[in-house]
Amino acid sequence: MISILDYRMGNLRSVQKAFEHAGAAARIITSADEVRQADKLVLPGVGAFGDAMDHLREQNLVDAIRAHVESGKLLLGICLGLQLLFDVGYEDGEHAGLGLVKGKCVRFDVDREMGLKVPHMGWNQLRLEKPCPLFDGLPEGAGVYFVHSYHVVPDDRSVIATTTDYGHPFVSSIATGNIMAMQFHPEKSQSAGLKILSNFARL
Amino acid sequence: MLTKRIIPCLDVDKGRVVKGVKFFDHVDAGDPVEQARRYQADGADELVFYDISASHEGRQIMADLVREVADNVFMPLTVGGGIRTLDDAVRLIQAGAEKVSINSAAVKRPQLLAEVARRFGRCATVLGLDANRVMKDGVEVWEVFVNGGRVGTGIKVMDWVKQAEALGAGEIVLNVMNADGTTEGYDIEMTAAVSDAVSIPVVASGGAGSPEHMRQALVEGHADAALAASIFHFNKYTVQQVKQYLHEHGVPVRLV
Repeated sequence: MISILDYRMGNLRSVQKAFEHAGAAARIITSADEVRQADKLVLPGVGAFGDAMDHLREQNLVDAIRAHVESGKLLLGICLGLQLLFDVGYEDGEHAGLGLVKGKCVRFDVDREMGLKVPHMGWNQLRLEKPCPLFDGLPEGAGVYFVHSYHVVPDDRSVIATTTDYGHPFVSSIATGNIMAMQFHPEKSQSAGLKILSNFARL
Repeated sequence: MLTKRIIPCLDVDKGRVVKGVKFFDHVDAGDPVEQARRYQADGADELVFYDISASHEGRQIMADLVREVADNVFMPLTVGGGIRTLDDAVRLIQAGAEKVSINSAAVKRPQLLAEVARRFGRCATVLGLDANRVMKDGVEVWEVFVNGGRVGTGIKVMDWVKQAEALGAGEIVLNVMNADGTTEGYDIEMTAAVSDAVSIPVVASGGAGSPEHMRQALVEGHADAALAASIFHFNKYTVQQVKQYLHEHGVPVRLV
């Protein structure tokens, strides 16, 4: 069973339906108790970094998420759920994140630097940086859907699973131990996204 | 590299897809869920549902429709039309919309863009803009229109797009009404001017009649995406045919 954490940062129904479509049972959970009982935990989310951390604290979820990771069970972060795993985010000020992965989350500077549009919005490709079971069976250069203005910068580059080019290469997913997370939206990425979710469900 | 998006737009009236010519006369084009499935299979990058019914009852149907579509297709959905309040936006995003496109209500109360961006992020906040070329005292003006393109506002397009970006819009759908429904091509000049004036993505809308029109909007018009309705609804071209044409002409697109 996949448990999708609802901490009031956007609609999670698409994530649940996409897992179900990929053949995996998925439920939406909201409490720390439910996180403690979860097997595979999914941290999705859209919106602002600071608001998201406030909501996690208000729902007493921060320690439960950390305990989940320490216990060795799988965690999948999606979009904002990737960014929150890091030490610090710089969206509208400086905000402490969950600190489960060393590094930071910063705004794209390609608009000022190169005249590219921000948000980075649309379909872009994944470049595999190391073997990762999430991407098994995906066609080389598969397109997935992105919509974000901020991206993560890990201290330890060995956590990087894929990079994607937008002006410069940026980190589009990470995998380290039992933590996996992606900047793009697999639940909005048609068959490529459903394949990734189905790979996660099978781990 | 980021690919250019091809976006079929489905105008919805009381739960049915319709397509108008020059905004006012609508022709029935089919069931929304069935249409969405067809476009997903055809390789559409995103879908826009535009609610033209605008009645209270129509808006309720729209949220139900979005939920049903989002449960069945796994691609980005934008919903526009009739979004007047933050609550309207909340209801549609909770139903499964990725983004909401705010048009007349943002002109009447620009702060609505900031409220939606504050709640759901810039990435979910789209400015929908109906523009017209009008003559005033012998000079051509690019003017913002509201209420389905019926009412002029006196606001200049270039002023409004910059203000909307500053307020929190993360994308602009520029629909040029002189071109809409004509299938004679997008307004390339206005699209390029808007795209160059802002640093957020711009979607060209209004006038698509051929793959070459879409290439023009994406290349000469500097648009990040091209939206079209009638050429897809009436099977004049498939999304695949458009993308193949763009690919052959050096425009980066996602081929599936």
